[in-house]
Amino acid sequence: MGSITLKQVTKNFDEVNVIKPLDLEIRDGEFIVFVGPSGCGKSTLLRMIAGLEDTTSGNIDIDGQDATSTPPAKRGLAMVFQSYALYPHMSVRNNIAFPLKRAKVPAAEIEQKIASAAKILNLGDYLDRKPGQLSGGQRQRVAIGRAIVRQPSAFLFDEPLSNLDASLRVNMRLEISELHKSLKTTMIYVTHDQVEAMTMADRIAVFNAGIIEQVGTPLELYQHPVNRFVAGFIGSPKMNFIELKQTKEDGATCLGVRPEHFQITTDAGIWSGKVGVVEHLGSETFLHVQVDGIGTLTVKANGDCPLSYGDDISLSADQSKILRFNDQGITLPSKGNQ
Amino acid sequence: MATNSSSKSKVIYTLLAWTISAAIFFPILWTLLTSFKTEAEAISANPSLFMFDWTLENYRDVLERSPYFDHFWNSVVISVGSSLIGLLIAIPAAWSMAFVQSKRTKHLLMWMLSTKMLPPVGVLIPIYLLFRDFDLLDTKLGLVIVMTLINLPIMVWMLYTYFREIPNEILEASRMDGASISAEIFHVLLPIALPGIASTLLLNVILAWNEAFWTLILTAANAAPLTAFIASYSSPEGLFYAKLSAASAMAIAPILILGWFSQKQLVRGLTFGAVK
Repeated sequence: MGSITLKQVTKNFDEVNVIKPLDLEIRDGEFIVFVGPSGCGKSTLLRMIAGLEDTTSGNIDIDGQDATSTPPAKRGLAMVFQSYALYPHMSVRNNIAFPLKRAKVPAAEIEQKIASAAKILNLGDYLDRKPGQLSGGQRQRVAIGRAIVRQPSAFLFDEPLSNLDASLRVNMRLEISELHKSLKTTMIYVTHDQVEAMTMADRIAVFNAGIIEQVGTPLELYQHPVNRFVAGFIGSPKMNFIELKQTKEDGATCLGVRPEHFQITTDAGIWSGKVGVVEHLGSETFLHVQVDGIGTLTVKANGDCPLSYGDDISLSADQSKILRFNDQGITLPSKGNQ
Repeated sequence: MATNSSSKSKVIYTLLAWTISAAIFFPILWTLLTSFKTEAEAISANPSLFMFDWTLENYRDVLERSPYFDHFWNSVVISVGSSLIGLLIAIPAAWSMAFVQSKRTKHLLMWMLSTKMLPPVGVLIPIYLLFRDFDLLDTKLGLVIVMTLINLPIMVWMLYTYFREIPNEILEASRMDGASISAEIFHVLLPIALPGIASTLLLNVILAWNEAFWTLILTAANAAPLTAFIASYSSPEGLFYAKLSAASAMAIAPILILGWFSQKQLVRGLTFGAVK
């Protein structure tokens, strides 16, 4: 079991309200990602769920039981920190054994659990090393191992890959996803990296300034963002916003077009401009196009796109893929749904 | 050119450092040398640095006339005892100040430090009267209490500085792992902060060992440590420089040896947190 329910949860630091009244239902066994810019409250909420921060008001239920005032160790949750938070004076073996020793688990069972975690995380050769003798990726595996052996009802990850280099991050991302598939335990994962969110999550909660803007599957958020903030935050490169000179009859003041939804045309398109910087990534090309009266639009093209700096270009887009926002930034129903 | 001027300034700074070190060390050296002189040579108008008749007579006289080892034992009990008791109080205090901060923590720390700025003579009469009423005059227990109290602010400050260097996440991880506050302190915090705790202990042993104001006032014969033992050679029988020097050398030798062997630890401890 590992369902977590947040009911009207708030958090104040002195006079500052960092989490506004918030409701969220996290289902048993799901991988939910909290994503948002720095300072949006996602880590604070994770720490509140962990019990490391007090809840100013509202309730946190874990498996149907009110855990709002329960101490961290009694919540049955395990947390993996951004800085790994390993005990530097203990060997890998003792780091992993620490929570089991605190729970007074028999020595033979501790050994068996350490061996099992080491096998899952490929740590067998490092059990007698100290954390200082390990690489960043190995340290993060030890931190995960320490969390696994407790067999928690949910794992909490607080930006666990931020300190790793890009290639290691991709590997660890896959390892955590595989771990979720094999353990089938609830995982709450905090990140500011929307690529991590999109690739790992069953559902994503997008945070902004202490509120949840939208909760949904990665594709729901990508295809049907409820507002301009979510539309801009999900997707890489980010969505192009084109401000309209006149409000449309449906109230639209701004159009949103994803870079991959532009079509480059030889005849007159909707927008015309000059190609600026061209970024060749091999499999795809990103063109930064200067359009008079609009600004720079980012366009995703094929990897073998022949266009270069200064070329004239015409762009169009499939009307059904264009998002329209009103002056409040709220997404209006797409034309296809009207 | 840049290399020339930098090596030149290196030579100048090295010379300056050696000169200052020699100036600081000279009184200790002079005391040591005087302790091996006769009384006549010690008060000679033209003293010689090394060219004199070396003698161990002063040491023999001092050991015969005074219970050196009693004083030594008193110094050990007072300095080590007060430092250990101080640690027992300072560790939880520094833990709460470092990890469970309130708005007033900084003020509390400043207030504690400010007590070190008060001249000890300011509290002499109340402490003396309290000692008299509680029968603590000339007892080792009394001096342990005083030394603990006067060095406590420094211990809390030092430990607070070390503890602040330890990432809070490590302690939070231990809390998530089921550690109680005592388990968090004993199994996680203390082993990580051990170098800092050792430095604090060493420095406070040295401070308590060298403390003379309170030891001279609050002790007579039974609990007198080595500082009182030195003072006993300075006045009643006139000035016996050679014996006084021998007594001083014997008083400072243990702590000098301790300081010498632990200097790396001390320097590391005192500069901890200064450079990340």
